[in-house]
Amino acid sequence: MSDDLKRTPLNQWHRDHGAKMVDFGGWDMPLQFDGILAEHEAVRTRAGLFDVSHMGEVRIQGDDALAFIQHLITSDASELGLGQAQYTVMANHDGGVIDDLLVYRLADTDYLLVINAGTTPKDVAWIEAQAKDFEGVFEVRDESDEWAQLALQGPDAETILSRIVALDLASIGYYRAAFTDLDGVQALVSRTGYTGEDGFEVYLPPSKAPALADTILDAGANEGVVPVGLGARDTLRLEAGMLLYGSDMDESRSPVEANLRWLIKPDKGEFIGRDAIVAQIEAGTAERLVGFELVERGVPRHGYELCGADEQAIGEVSSGTFSPTLKKGIGLGYVAAEHTEVDGLLTVDVRGRKLEARIVKTPFYRRPKAS
Amino acid sequence: MAEYPEGYKYTKEHEWISVDGGEGTIGITDHAQAELGDVVYVELPAVGDHLQAGQPFGTIESVKAVSELYAPISGEVTAIHEELVDQPELFNEDPHGAAWMVRVSMADSAEVEALMSAGDYVRFLESAEGDH
Repeated sequence: MSDDLKRTPLNQWHRDHGAKMVDFGGWDMPLQFDGILAEHEAVRTRAGLFDVSHMGEVRIQGDDALAFIQHLITSDASELGLGQAQYTVMANHDGGVIDDLLVYRLADTDYLLVINAGTTPKDVAWIEAQAKDFEGVFEVRDESDEWAQLALQGPDAETILSRIVALDLASIGYYRAAFTDLDGVQALVSRTGYTGEDGFEVYLPPSKAPALADTILDAGANEGVVPVGLGARDTLRLEAGMLLYGSDMDESRSPVEANLRWLIKPDKGEFIGRDAIVAQIEAGTAERLVGFELVERGVPRHGYELCGADEQAIGEVSSGTFSPTLKKGIGLGYVAAEHTEVDGLLTVDVRGRKLEARIVKTPFYRRPKAS
Repeated sequence: MAEYPEGYKYTKEHEWISVDGGEGTIGITDHAQAELGDVVYVELPAVGDHLQAGQPFGTIESVKAVSELYAPISGEVTAIHEELVDQPELFNEDPHGAAWMVRVSMADSAEVEALMSAGDYVRFLESAEGDH
């Protein structure tokens, strides 16, 4: 193992729990524990515990914090009530996606931005550079080293977490969060996630994370909660139709192309990239992200070519996997706009074999409604 | 470490071959399945295809990775284990037994002699580990 890799506070905990470790964007992270399929199934049917402490956190506080955040992101943060979260993107001046992120409104003029691990240094530099040119009273602080983050996801997540949390979790709605006592630790508990299941993301001081991970596994022993690695995190998020920064979008793609039109609120006023993005909304884009499933057996993967019915190349797979729930190959890819119709057929070039695929609406998987 | 059957021969590409008369049965080793993780798909040759020692004859895919299958020996495919297509989990559950992939009528029995014994293969794995 390289000593250059960054480690979360749970690094030893992962090793103690039998994780197979992998270099993920410079972080030494668990790829899997028991196996990707078993972990995936645990999250879909019971609950799984993820270490997502590698994610970055940026705190923005002050009277003009909201105005600055509105400048940074494409969505409308003025809609955020206290304790509410919003999924959004930051764009550059050409409309390309700098990163996707969560914005929490922790208090009146106190916001927490949760950004991707691999992009944290870039994002912090970007945010600080924008802050210099923005008039107003606010402070930007990189708090990435001050937060550990655990995610407990799955239909049994609420039952398990409620055993060790002071707060009544039923009071936390989807995309809402609250500070509460969690097994003796002051933590931010948020009903959010990256799996398509109900569940929580918990932000807490790094030194407390290993003990809390143990406590959660103990509290959920009857339900069969298991630790889950990045392998199943990827299959879960892709089934849920959620995008992965660096694969499904980057600075060369706008949120319009990435099918994130719902995150763009031009009516809120000025924001970075607004002109370019509005022009794309009006004129349309040459390519767009679509979801597809393989009709034939096979596994689409990042970078494989997508072809139209006439075998002409029309795009590329941005994310692909074998869906453990649907038991077939699924993927996302950018294709020419005229090939984006649902039920349209295309082929995926799987190492020389052209496998038939059908464009489908995402998400690929939707959790059963709670009765 | 897993048990590697004494009667089998092994390759550096982590396949095993079990010989019965002029016929060889081929699979992937326990080490290979552990490295791959959950196997979800395998592409096998057809009966009648000719395998060439050291050349790819199919692919195996786990959730995370794709890997080529390399022929331990040369010869003609006499049987393929089609159930693996619907039950790829057999690779992870019983790599040295139920997850046999193909049977081959061997062209040259000397090719088998050149492969590793179980003991050699275990030492090969240990030295490869040491390289990391």
